[in-house]
Amino acid sequence: MSAAPRTVRFMLNGAAVESTVASHLSLVEVLRDHFDLFGARESCGQGMCGCCTVLVDGRAVSSCLYLAAFADGADVVTVEHLAAEGRLDPVQEAFIAAGAFQCGFCTPGFVLMAKQLLDEISDPTDDEIRHYLSGNLCRCGAYPEIIAAVKLAATRRQDDPSRTPSASTKPLADDLIEGG
Amino acid sequence: MTDAARMSSGQVGRSVPRVEARAKVTGAAEYIHNLRLPGMLYAKICRSTVPHARIRRIDTREAAAIPGVRRIVTAADIRTVIAEPYYGPAFHDQPILAEGKVRHVGEPVAAVLAADPHIAEQAAQLIAVDYEPLPAVFDEVEAVSSSAIVHDALKPAGTFADLKHLSDRRNTNVALDFHLRRGDTERAFAEADHVFEHSFRTQQVMHTPLEPHVAIADARGDSLTIHTSTQTPSFVRTEIARLLGWPENRVRVRTAFLGGGFGAKVYVKVEALAVALSLLVCRPVRLALTMEEQFFTISKHASTFRIKSAVTNDGLITARRCEVFYNGGAYADIGPRVAQKSGFSAAGPYDIPNVSIDSFEIYTNRPPAGALRGFGVPQLVWAYESHTDLIARALGLDPFALRRKNLLRDGAEQATGTVMRDAAAGAVLDRLSERIGWDQPFDRGAGMVKRGRGIAIGFKASIAPTTSAASIAISADGSCTLYCGTVDMGQGSSTAMAQIAAETLGLEAEAVRVVTPDTDVTPYDMGTLGSRSVFHMGHAVRLAAEEARTKLAALAAETGVTPGTNLPIAELFRRKYGMQAGTIVGTGSYIPAYASPNPATGLTPNATPYWMIGGAAAEVEVDTETGRVRVLRLVNVADAGTPVNPRIVEAQLTGAAIMQLGFTLLESMDFTEGQLRNPSFAEYKIPGIRDLPDRIEAEVVDATQHSGPFGAKGVGETGTFAVSPAIANAIEDAVGVRITELPITPEAVYWALAEVSR
Repeated sequence: MSAAPRTVRFMLNGAAVESTVASHLSLVEVLRDHFDLFGARESCGQGMCGCCTVLVDGRAVSSCLYLAAFADGADVVTVEHLAAEGRLDPVQEAFIAAGAFQCGFCTPGFVLMAKQLLDEISDPTDDEIRHYLSGNLCRCGAYPEIIAAVKLAATRRQDDPSRTPSASTKPLADDLIEGG
Repeated sequence: MTDAARMSSGQVGRSVPRVEARAKVTGAAEYIHNLRLPGMLYAKICRSTVPHARIRRIDTREAAAIPGVRRIVTAADIRTVIAEPYYGPAFHDQPILAEGKVRHVGEPVAAVLAADPHIAEQAAQLIAVDYEPLPAVFDEVEAVSSSAIVHDALKPAGTFADLKHLSDRRNTNVALDFHLRRGDTERAFAEADHVFEHSFRTQQVMHTPLEPHVAIADARGDSLTIHTSTQTPSFVRTEIARLLGWPENRVRVRTAFLGGGFGAKVYVKVEALAVALSLLVCRPVRLALTMEEQFFTISKHASTFRIKSAVTNDGLITARRCEVFYNGGAYADIGPRVAQKSGFSAAGPYDIPNVSIDSFEIYTNRPPAGALRGFGVPQLVWAYESHTDLIARALGLDPFALRRKNLLRDGAEQATGTVMRDAAAGAVLDRLSERIGWDQPFDRGAGMVKRGRGIAIGFKASIAPTTSAASIAISADGSCTLYCGTVDMGQGSSTAMAQIAAETLGLEAEAVRVVTPDTDVTPYDMGTLGSRSVFHMGHAVRLAAEEARTKLAALAAETGVTPGTNLPIAELFRRKYGMQAGTIVGTGSYIPAYASPNPATGLTPNATPYWMIGGAAAEVEVDTETGRVRVLRLVNVADAGTPVNPRIVEAQLTGAAIMQLGFTLLESMDFTEGQLRNPSFAEYKIPGIRDLPDRIEAEVVDATQHSGPFGAKGVGETGTFAVSPAIANAIEDAVGVRITELPITPEAVYWALAEVSR
């Protein structure tokens, strides 16, 4: 039903992978159907809810709108990578401690977005938290607990600098500048 | 597990982290959304483009020509595997695929199967349906007298005794009329000092669970497994078995965690079509809706509520007349129960001697409406609590004092005649007043931006009578597994049930394994709905745990263990069976007492096993130039009995309030002649993190539900009750205009302000 499939090679959760993808396939479909990764989930299908959030080259994207073909040569990280060595990321620990979810369907997206926020701003204000998380929706309404979790994670990362990864992420501020 | 571990107590009342917490933050939690089966086909639906029409012809030729299309299915094909393909919990009115005619935009007309979902989707769009339009009706009040009739004849399911009189009724769109008569309303109005009459409306909205409806049906040989995101696994099994004419034991329904439900996933939704398709192709079939398709599947009733009250000079309400019209859309779903059960409480939590209630479930040519977090009650509270403030203002009385004066107290008879017990309405109202500082002066705003405060309180009967059953197994190593059909869709039921089991058995809650619902192993449960689980299933789990405890004691006695000995449970099994072997199983089943309302008067001495009370206080800021409303502070106070898990209960209250905030200020399914214009998150905005009030608070008053397990009762819906009228009341307090229709958009407020200043 579309152009010929092509092979894409990219880093996925720290490992080099390749996959043959049709040009219309989104990244979330390929993560799910080719790599059995279910942490990113398609919900609204329009990039409005953030359930499908993954990091591409350190930056949170909606993988339901991100064509898999564009992942060629990229560094893709999903929520599954955060606790790959068995130890939870401080953001994940804080989400548990603060009770920052109910049904959990949106949670991986919030965790990844919160991680990007804390990688860029180690001690965010309430307004910065709301700004970064404004593209993630939680129908259960766990927002107050999510805000508390991000603050808790910020404190824990500062108390224990070894938990702050050095991986550079591209500041979200670039979006604002690029977007005018 | 040693006796020392068994001695631990305080499991109920402890804020245990959710048992599945780690799985949810790592993305590992199981949802049916994630499931793929070998050889599975994907189904996509061709949906009606018109609100009411006869189907002249369905042309599938172009769709069938797409390479990769495995099968195209219409109603005629469904009839080859299901003789009478109509389903529904109250009426058997909903066809698996439209047959002969369509009754709403978005109704499933045909389905396409393919191994590639994109091919199925493309083909579904190429099916051409020729319609002969019929007159349609969309408004719930117009539909009562309209000549446009949605269903030729009514088909009650036989499940509910009070629907039997509707059987085969023709030329009507009224799917249920509930009437309650108490005292002499007409005389009270004639003798009243003051009579107030108002009309209020609510809009149609959608639950939008972030995991859209999904089912995989797998028919093999003479048995069938349905993996589905349902809130009601037992009901799905019973209804599918009925459709197939099979015994229930050949139908297995299993769920996982649900990515939200809120009432959208009760009863049969996508399961019947998935089953029919799987039977037709003898392969597993996955039917997963998109977010857009959910809007055409189930929604919350739009409503019109006419309310009239007789009031004395000093503010005593002596009579109230309520006429409520629920817009049920094209299929009844559970709407008739919404109209009846909410009808019980339509007059509000007030002690009114003369009450007349007429509550109607109405068919229209809109997408179906059913249960959404409150079962009709938030629509009622919106009306009666807006009405309460209008009365207070007209009489120059304080809105809090007027409520306090008329409030139902424990021991008083509520409108149905049921005596109020363990209903802490007074405490809820008092704590709202204290927290918001009702008696204190506050910043009234400056310039064009004005501030105001509002208060409201609502209540709800439980859904009765309903049954829950559970079983608990103690393995030979002493570990404990709980089998219960309550579906954890985010409300924390697995955690709460583990706590109740642990409390009874003297274990740590974290040590109890909770099996997700699977009708092959988990006993019957009526459904995870109506805030019923902690009470009903909580009792069943308690009873199962008590039976297991009794059997353990018997095993100890049998094996010669002295009571009080600090001996591990595993040792009891070893003594009895000579090795690590054997199982102890305890079972429990619970159904509360209930008395059906008298068909003529609607009165009953026992309408509900418990009452849920929810109040809200809001402080808002209104920009008089734009009409924009900002909620500065939202306080929610509830009587939830004694919380099993205080932190999860507070999160439920806050989460419900945020959802209702969306229904109050943002959300509306926007129709033009039955065509839905905004079925996506791009155009239908649900609350995001930036829509939160500056301060949002929840409190549970000190209360006990004496008939509940460990003093607990339901709370899932309570936080929704009073939010909308509290905000409308605060807006009037701020700028003197009254909004009577939801949602309260800036435009609505702007025009109301313009009207006043003219």
